[in-house]
Amino acid sequence: MNKTLIPIFFIVFISAMAVVFVRSANRQSFLILQAVTLERDRLSEEWGRLQLENATWSLHDLIENEARQRLDMIAPNPTETIVLRLGPRL
Amino acid sequence: MRKIGPSQILGEIQVRHWAVLGLLVLGMMLLLVRALQLQVLDNGRLQAEGRARQLGAIAVKPVRGRILDRRGEVLAISTPVDSIWADPNILKPSESELKALTEALGVLPGQIEKLLQRYSDRKFVYLRRHLSPEATHNVLSLNLPGVYTQREYRRYYPSGLSAGHILGFTNIDDQGQEGIEKAFDKHLSGVEGRKRVLRDARRRIVQDVDSVKPVYHGRDLVLSIDLRLQAIAHRYLAEAVHINNAIGGSALLLDSKTSEVLAMVNLPDFNPNDRSDISNGHFRNRSITDVFEPGSTVKPFTMSLALSSGSFTPDSVVETSPGYYRIGGWTIHDIKDYGDLSLSRVLIKSSNIGTAKIAMEMTPHELHKTFFDIGFGQITGVELPGEQSGMLPNRSRWRASEHASLAYGYGVAVTSLQLARAYAILASDGVMLPISIRKRQEESPGHRVIPEDVVADINKMLEKVVSPEGTAQLASVPAYRVAGKTGTVRKLSTEGGYATDSYQALFAGFAPASDPRFVLVVLIDEPSLDRYYGGEVAAPVFSKIMTDVLRLRGVPGDRESNINQIVFSHLDSDMGA
Repeated sequence: MNKTLIPIFFIVFISAMAVVFVRSANRQSFLILQAVTLERDRLSEEWGRLQLENATWSLHDLIENEARQRLDMIAPNPTETIVLRLGPRL
Repeated sequence: MRKIGPSQILGEIQVRHWAVLGLLVLGMMLLLVRALQLQVLDNGRLQAEGRARQLGAIAVKPVRGRILDRRGEVLAISTPVDSIWADPNILKPSESELKALTEALGVLPGQIEKLLQRYSDRKFVYLRRHLSPEATHNVLSLNLPGVYTQREYRRYYPSGLSAGHILGFTNIDDQGQEGIEKAFDKHLSGVEGRKRVLRDARRRIVQDVDSVKPVYHGRDLVLSIDLRLQAIAHRYLAEAVHINNAIGGSALLLDSKTSEVLAMVNLPDFNPNDRSDISNGHFRNRSITDVFEPGSTVKPFTMSLALSSGSFTPDSVVETSPGYYRIGGWTIHDIKDYGDLSLSRVLIKSSNIGTAKIAMEMTPHELHKTFFDIGFGQITGVELPGEQSGMLPNRSRWRASEHASLAYGYGVAVTSLQLARAYAILASDGVMLPISIRKRQEESPGHRVIPEDVVADINKMLEKVVSPEGTAQLASVPAYRVAGKTGTVRKLSTEGGYATDSYQALFAGFAPASDPRFVLVVLIDEPSLDRYYGGEVAAPVFSKIMTDVLRLRGVPGDRESNINQIVFSHLDSDMGA
């Protein structure tokens, strides 16, 4: 047998093993990527829903009615307001 | 110890050689046999398996960007929903499956059969669009072949009625149809991507394989609108339209320092969340699409021309007796005989005769130029669809009656936004800034339209309009100085000429007068005939909206006598507390 074939055989063998290994690693990584992408989508969906909920609860009219009717609050008349001004430094 | 000869060694090597070779050949044979088996003998079954798991490329829909107000409140947001579709060639449900599917989809009994029959020659039919993720899960758990889902997004507008006209809406395919959604469709919609997926026998996606084209989601858009002020304007305008039995109205609030639109409200309104609600022009953004004759609200600009010309001062006297004035076969009326009026008092009393007489001292071309300079007849360039430019006629020869009536706001047509822009010039010392519906990142340069000293004189007069001696006392705001002008305009009748029984009540003004921050234009369309003057109908709305706006934005009062002020001395930190 030709002596030069032996190193080539080893190189081919190693390369073949490397291909198998890399493929497997790639698949593993892709699985992780897929999982985190799904997670990201799920979280952004939830974030969207929460923003929507927040916006709905903080509707101006809703808060105003709640304040006026349930909490008996009133908007102060400008003449009842005291403006605090920051004067010059002492 | 055995002694091994060279021949023995050679023989052993040869045995090993053949053994290794034999094993290799055997291995190769095995592989060949297996290959033969797979490729030739077992061909049918495997091809079927291959077909079952096929690669396909599918579209990845981008998420539409959010629309936010200037403070980051959400005005429009997309949330994921699923649309259920079917391949009528594959979906052949049994009686019980059909019942379960109808129930899970929440459609009327018999509807699915109808759809499947009508589209039996197609490969695609929507069974139900925009279903919640939970409902979708129920549908899919039926495990029916030929039923698929598609991820889509539904648009929600939490602010509902109050900002409908600004935002507009999207259609079911997520394309902007009106308002901001239409004007900024490209910015908001993003770019669709594609990904390769592995599907199973039921064409359901088993695995994402890789990305063919990345998806670019839509970008957010920040408007100049302040949702709180928008809600306030909507509330008071709706109230006024209701109590005055009017057919509509608009309120437009600008930040006079930047010319950003802070609130833009129109009635009748519509809810962008409910597309079935949209009917006969309710989604028209009247503030920019509907033009009207501005009437008395242009008088301050006629005055600015008079004062700039140098031939008048605020104290120049004009005779308005006996309460009517004939000019070129046309008679101009005042409400009553005001006698001799100073220029200031012409504005304060809103005398048509006084204004016309002053204007007759100027050429009609000068008057035209003044109105052109404040932006009449030109679109504001606000980034909203459907803006009208109004009308500012430029004649080569003016009849005296046309000349006179132009001076007090007839024969010219403007939108609310144009009128607000014109008043914003007075509120910013005579400088016109470009209008924006988007939150400004940097200051944009304006250009001077009216000399500063003239603006100061005009604003003094406009402050007196909002006083017991003027026409708009009801526009006043406690603790703040307010400047503004009323207008009561006859509407053009459909038969030509002016209608005798339909008016538009107007008020345009700004506050605080000492250092204007907000410009507000209120228009009430066809108030009931019991009360229709701008000072009675539109001015109170101005007062209510402006009171809340000033309070919410924390603007200190500038009418010294009426407010309680405590001046705090600023303590240096090293002095301790």
